[in-house]
Amino acid sequence: MASITMDNLGKVYAGDVRAVTGVSIDIADGEMIVLVGPSGCGKSTLLRMVAGLETITEGTLRIGDRVVNRLEPAERDIAMVFQNYALYPHMTVYNNLAYGLKNRRMARAEIDRRVTEAAEMLQIGAFLDRKPRQLSGGQRQRVAMGRALVREPAAFLFDEPLSNLDAKLRVQMRVEIRQLQKRLATTSLYVTHDQLEALTLADRLVVLNGGRIEQIGTPMEVYARPATTFVAGFIGSPAMNMLPADWLRGVVAADALSHLPTGADLIGLRPEDMSLAPASDGGLTLEARLMLLEPAGAESHLHVKFDGMDEMFVVRLPHVPQVDEGSRLAFSLAREALHPFDAKTGLRL
Amino acid sequence: MVDNNRLGDLLAHLVLILGVAVVVFPVYVAVIASTHPPGTFVRGVMPLLPGPNALENYKTVILEGRSRAGTPPIGGMLWNSFVMAMAITIGKLSISLLSAFAIVYFRFPFRIFFFWLIFLTLMLPVEVRIVPTFQVVADLGMLNSFAGLSIPLIASATATFLFRQFFMTVPEELMEAARVDGAGPMKFFRDILVPLSITNIAALFVIMFIYGWNQYLWPLLITTDPAYYTIVMGIQRMVTGGDSEPLWHLVMATVVLAALPPILVILFMQRLFVKGLTETEK
Repeated sequence: MASITMDNLGKVYAGDVRAVTGVSIDIADGEMIVLVGPSGCGKSTLLRMVAGLETITEGTLRIGDRVVNRLEPAERDIAMVFQNYALYPHMTVYNNLAYGLKNRRMARAEIDRRVTEAAEMLQIGAFLDRKPRQLSGGQRQRVAMGRALVREPAAFLFDEPLSNLDAKLRVQMRVEIRQLQKRLATTSLYVTHDQLEALTLADRLVVLNGGRIEQIGTPMEVYARPATTFVAGFIGSPAMNMLPADWLRGVVAADALSHLPTGADLIGLRPEDMSLAPASDGGLTLEARLMLLEPAGAESHLHVKFDGMDEMFVVRLPHVPQVDEGSRLAFSLAREALHPFDAKTGLRL
Repeated sequence: MVDNNRLGDLLAHLVLILGVAVVVFPVYVAVIASTHPPGTFVRGVMPLLPGPNALENYKTVILEGRSRAGTPPIGGMLWNSFVMAMAITIGKLSISLLSAFAIVYFRFPFRIFFFWLIFLTLMLPVEVRIVPTFQVVADLGMLNSFAGLSIPLIASATATFLFRQFFMTVPEELMEAARVDGAGPMKFFRDILVPLSITNIAALFVIMFIYGWNQYLWPLLITTDPAYYTIVMGIQRMVTGGDSEPLWHLVMATVVLAALPPILVILFMQRLFVKGLTETEK
């Protein structure tokens, strides 16, 4: 149990290639932080710096109150779950779990107790004598988790642990990881490129882009008030629509946008913030032509072209409307649903 | 693949049977010749059926040797060959495992240079460097010793290269997981890398053992004391030694006995060996 403090962490590879710049995050004891971003954003590098698998070239990293910049991974009191599980193929499940403990010269009885306990928690008790190749993907995933659990570390580090599982198993394991983490209350750092995983797992979310932090906040904060156009586009699926303010001023009543700050020249609009009903008082109405209707069971995605715009935008409705492709529709939205951004800096205003 | 072309099948089998016959026939002749009384082999007509002297010939070879030609009984030579082959094999395997480990997992200055240096020695087998190597071994006083027989043959670029290729296919995460699990480099090597390479080690063991067993030129050069003769040399001595006609029946009996240990090694390691050449388990 410990907090993790990243103070201005940076990573520069040989040849002056910057991977991570000025990252400062305070992770409280027992908190689950999810690092999310597109591939190449530096999230894995950052996690590996915390793990000790990459050297830290700038800044200070503390786990608890120890500065661990120069410690070996094993000395940092962390446990890591790898993307491809990295189980030792020639060892049984039991030995996979016990290996790290044996290396710490732990008493045999204590190893046995911990392995049995972890195996029970993860329901892999029946497989302890098997080799990893005799297990399914989901079972291997559990063994990889078990290897982290038995260590009873100060912090768990997860490097995209669910990306090799099929969709159904992924949801199931996501729930289990969250339950386990809450029950053990172990500080956790979790890397993913899947924004849904990020939103559902995190106590707080860190959105990274180009090696820098774009925004830190609870999932709902980040979703409701994205700090930059990048976050707005990355978190949420389908992505937030970005409308030019000039165009918007041309199609709505003159005072309808008066609440937006000056300088807002890009307006974000979540697909689900529009509805087919006519606008009630104070709301806005946008007219569009329906180009494509994608029914998705409980909801539907409408790809539309607003009048005077060439690009397609997406509207998400909580039902499948009875409309024909090519027909003209009127969408209404609340004034508060608009997210004002500065197009040049990409910042929220 | 299922192919119902009968003519093709027939042709393929014919070619294969011919190939097998070409390989097996000399071995068969050797076995047959070792069972005949002296002189039969040189009479001009080679017998193709076993003769009556099998027991006697093998008894002579194993118990008496051919003292007249200066060859000791075969047991000692077999033992010498075995010691030399094992020393070469184990030496080669341990050195090449370690050097491949160093080259793949450590970043030291001139790493690539050293890799190529090792690789270059592939082009310098014993026969090419035999004079300077002999000089070195002689200066070190290792003539007529097991050290002299085996050490100069231990460096192996082939095995190093094969292990390097194998290590590079081992996922890097395994090494990282081991680091997180508190295993230092040598512990990782011992606990994870070597057990994973076991099929490759078995395959190379067979190849290297036969290589060591069949060494001819080198033992011939550096041993003058019959106590250090290897079996392959012994056969050569039997053929050329003495003034009389070579005693082919005894030579063939020795040849058959000399072929046994490599065959045993192959049989013993066969399952691992075939596995090691055809699949890598990850």
